[in-house]
Amino acid sequence: MIRKLTFGSVMLYAILAVLVVLYLTPAYMALITALKLPADITLPRAWEIPATLNWGSFSEALEMLKPNLINSIILTICATALSTVLGSLNGYVFSKWKFAGSEIVFTLFLFGMFIPYQVILIPLFQTLRAMNLYGGLPGLILAHVVYGLPITSLIFRNFYAQIPTALIESARLDGAGFFSIYTRIVFPLSVPGFVVTSLWQFTQIWNEFLWGICLTRYSENPITVGLAQLAGGQAVSWNLPMAGSILAAIPVLAIYVFLGRYFIRGLLAGSVKE
Amino acid sequence: MREVSRDRIKAFLTLLPSIILIAVFVYGFIGNTVWISMTDWGGVASLAENPQKNFVGLQNYVELFTGFLDARFRQDLVNAVYYSVLLLAGAVGLGMFIAILLDRKPRGEDFLRTVFLYPMSLSFIVTGTIWRWLLAPQGGVNIVPTFFGGEKLTFQWLSSKQALLLFNWQHLLPVLLYVVAFVLIIIGLFTLKGDTPKALKRYLLPGLGLGACVWLFGDLLPQIYFMEEMHGFNLATLGIILATIWQYSGYTMALYLAGFNGISQDLMDAARLDGASDWGYYRHVAIPMLKPITISAVIILSHISLKMFDLIFAMTGPDNAETGHPALNMYLTTFRANEFSKGAAIAIVLFLLAAMFIVPYLVSSYRQRRARS
Repeated sequence: MIRKLTFGSVMLYAILAVLVVLYLTPAYMALITALKLPADITLPRAWEIPATLNWGSFSEALEMLKPNLINSIILTICATALSTVLGSLNGYVFSKWKFAGSEIVFTLFLFGMFIPYQVILIPLFQTLRAMNLYGGLPGLILAHVVYGLPITSLIFRNFYAQIPTALIESARLDGAGFFSIYTRIVFPLSVPGFVVTSLWQFTQIWNEFLWGICLTRYSENPITVGLAQLAGGQAVSWNLPMAGSILAAIPVLAIYVFLGRYFIRGLLAGSVKE
Repeated sequence: MREVSRDRIKAFLTLLPSIILIAVFVYGFIGNTVWISMTDWGGVASLAENPQKNFVGLQNYVELFTGFLDARFRQDLVNAVYYSVLLLAGAVGLGMFIAILLDRKPRGEDFLRTVFLYPMSLSFIVTGTIWRWLLAPQGGVNIVPTFFGGEKLTFQWLSSKQALLLFNWQHLLPVLLYVVAFVLIIIGLFTLKGDTPKALKRYLLPGLGLGACVWLFGDLLPQIYFMEEMHGFNLATLGIILATIWQYSGYTMALYLAGFNGISQDLMDAARLDGASDWGYYRHVAIPMLKPITISAVIILSHISLKMFDLIFAMTGPDNAETGHPALNMYLTTFRANEFSKGAAIAIVLFLLAAMFIVPYLVSSYRQRRARS
């Protein structure tokens, strides 16, 4: 279909072009600053493309953030796996094995997703300290798993609602029980649900900062805390924080660019009433 | 039958660990924070492993709202309110606008959607680091006009001391009542066309009446503070609001775009046949149909703006008074100043503000689910 070049469509593309430039500006700025030599970074010439490309900032930032990156990888993989599996089981119960009051329980679960986490921070801090988990990754993993339960249960519940109840009923008539229905019917159909949920949890946990800074000691800091420390120091020249930002953003950006379809589904599942 | 009931027990037992975890970590901890906020956390011995806590009632809250030393908390609270309102207006407005543009199916729609949504996947720390550089007073955004032959801007994005719409904290009660009256009148004016008697009776007349009463008798209301203390909209927060809108407008765009795609082509054609212009279609058909989406967006964004911590931390550091926020203040009060009970009180204030939005939302979605099943 060839569209006519009307005033309206010219305006549409013009506005879109301006918006694209505005949305990409921060990414452009981060990239050119990261590629400059520290001496070339001055405020009046902040927008200029560097004459010589200095890839060294990336390896330097990587060297500084390496412990944080390793912490974040361990944290994110463990917490994502655990909360996704639990969410899948919960979603299965919430959608296919409703009991008296299960809707109320589900609503009470959802509430946990919307609280400002400051309100549980002090007891969480004390509890982890009492359990000897304060300061290390296991405590942080525990926190992410528990407070990830509402969203993972929600996504899986809505996902399993699409599996026809008749399928479950007939399996039950054939003598299948609670767990065998899950392992033989529900779980094999769950792959997209697992993808959506784990991508969502991965980005959330990777990007999290408040617990990272309040609940871990220096050597166990995740990447966001490491980056904030790298960028917070006044003496550091700006190429390192920018290179660090790009490094911290790469895993989630890669998920988003290559698996964007699933990411958007998680995003919609987390907000729209089914 | 016995098999089925045994399965039901298995189902419940599967859920039980999660129920216990949520009960303890969400509800138990909230209760615990409420309790801590009503103690003195051991007073001078606050750093002890297990301080002797004494019950002090609402004293921490009274201090926050009327104590001489907590003026910063009050400005933070005012900041949070402006921050929420402007973020909502900006992100919902811009997101809806972009969604309408993309709903016209321009070429390269996939690419465009990716561009508008990628900020959403980033950490606030990453966003904050980059925007801090963009908003540096001597460079970044401020020197952009010089590329077009204009003058350099001199606005101090993150440290400006300017404030607009100042009000005296002593007059908090009348100010709040004015706000209520104003909101009632605005709602009234919006519904005036559709349901005139209801608009007049429910919104316009009470709004005007309340406004007039406060104007006439406002001086009789008690002053909640012993001296004049001005608070207002700190212009330094503009930079943070801009960065948040940049990050979250793509999110509302995705919500609205999914909504627009869900509207059947038939309905769109019918509206066209009835003579609706493009503008008329969105104004009178599509956007009213997507009211649930708008409500979801408002809930999610208001809850994000109320717990905003990472972005401000990364953009200005936690100590910048001009761009303060209760979420940051809670962190400083608790973990830097070791005033755990006052930190808990700040957290509860934040929690109550968030609950105002969330509880009605969850109750209504629960009713809908019940009605359907």
